[in-house]
Amino acid sequence: MPGDTPKISIRGLEKAFNGKPVLRGLDLDLAPGRSLVVIGMSGTGKSVLLKCVLGVIQPDRGRIAIDGVDIVRLSESRRARMTRQIGMLFQGAALFDSLKVWENVAFRLIYGERRPRREARQTAVDCLAQVGLAPEVGELSPAELSGGMQKRVALARAIAAEPSILFFDEPTTGLDPITADVINSLISDRTRALGATAISITHDLVSARKIADEIAMLHQGQIIWRGPASEIMNTGNPMVDQFVHGRADGPIHMTMRRA
Amino acid sequence: MNVFAATGRGTLAVVREVGRIAQFAARGAVGWAAGPFYWRAFLNALMRIGFNSLPVIGLTAIFTGAALALNIYEGGARFNAETFLPQILGVSIVRELGPVLAALMVSGRSASAMAAELGAMRVSDQIDAMSTLAVDPFKYLVSPRMLAATIALPVLVLVADIIGVYGGYLVAVHALDFSGTVFIRNLWEFLTNDDIVSGLIKAAVFGFLLSAMGCYYGYNSRGGAQGVGAATRSAVVGSAVLILAANYLLTSLFIRV
Repeated sequence: MPGDTPKISIRGLEKAFNGKPVLRGLDLDLAPGRSLVVIGMSGTGKSVLLKCVLGVIQPDRGRIAIDGVDIVRLSESRRARMTRQIGMLFQGAALFDSLKVWENVAFRLIYGERRPRREARQTAVDCLAQVGLAPEVGELSPAELSGGMQKRVALARAIAAEPSILFFDEPTTGLDPITADVINSLISDRTRALGATAISITHDLVSARKIADEIAMLHQGQIIWRGPASEIMNTGNPMVDQFVHGRADGPIHMTMRRA
Repeated sequence: MNVFAATGRGTLAVVREVGRIAQFAARGAVGWAAGPFYWRAFLNALMRIGFNSLPVIGLTAIFTGAALALNIYEGGARFNAETFLPQILGVSIVRELGPVLAALMVSGRSASAMAAELGAMRVSDQIDAMSTLAVDPFKYLVSPRMLAATIALPVLVLVADIIGVYGGYLVAVHALDFSGTVFIRNLWEFLTNDDIVSGLIKAAVFGFLLSAMGCYYGYNSRGGAQGVGAATRSAVVGSAVLILAANYLLTSLFIRV
């Protein structure tokens, strides 16, 4: 039935770099309008997972379907058309420092959708307002903004084209707790307002519980636990337990070189 | 260690790299034609590669022309040929020194800047971000720069030719007692259209090569600040070597023609 089709469906996803496997047969389904947060240690493949769905990284094996269409086997141009419905907030904001803030927000509208600059500028100002930034901020360059403001601008850029899928890569990393909470609230509000399907990756459990309907933990390239956000502190899974309580001792061992 | 295996691996790596650069350059060359064409990015690149390079090109050309005039005069005097100074100066600058020196200066100035800028964009996820914004980063970042350099270099070389010859003229007239009128007449009567056109064709080829190298190394940069530094160095060294090698090939081609 069409109503049962997941917005995003991933099956057997594998990716290795220089012979070192990062994703090992990962399976994941996400229903339309749901928000999933993927947690896990550094280097377990969280960012690689998002970049594979975006088409920035080509997986070695597996299937990634958006609205039931396998995008891995599509031509580059058709895949680009499919991934146009995705907006992404990058870990370091990834704003274009040669452009003004409003041009960053309107970039997709001007250069991707060929809308008139005046119209795109007005949309950019509206999007900046949605993330709590004044129109004057639009005239600044990204280098003149604080880390929190850069994240807000990146969020405004991600939602400017009203995508049906949103990805957030470490949205609160490097921010103070208050600014992080502002960003979390904005992410929650904007995702709900758009009715978008969202995948976020983070180490920040406060952030995860605030923005997620569900949380999944990625370990050694596979999802080892998935459940409602409210259950994350009491999963009964020793690996998830060790991660959420930040314990060095437990089933997860960090590889450390001894002198 | 097996020497033959190591040599083979090295050779294969070089061949692979050359193949990748050729593929990249070909994609850049046709990328703008396949559309969409980003006028603003193109004009911005044209301004930075072309107009902003004028001062350094002018200074390089005038001092080179002046020094060359002194050398031609001194060398020519050994067999009473110093009166040929305008002709030798003109051919040397228009056919060789103008294109090569201008290209090397633009390589140092712009190929390095392209590699550093694109490299910084790569390592800070800006290029990946662009592809998530429904814009092909290759068409927005690479093709406009390559087209701009290919168009700007012939214009810069034409300016370098004029200023270089003028540098030689100043030395010849004010330091070596040449008649200004005779200098210009001899130069005008001796230089052919082929001399000028061959220099301009070389310039377009050099512009294409240096921008391809700058963009290639920047676009494929990896590994943070060190990677960007390595990309910049490779772009400048690679483009300089390619310019000099292409200059020899083109010169031998034009002389045969």
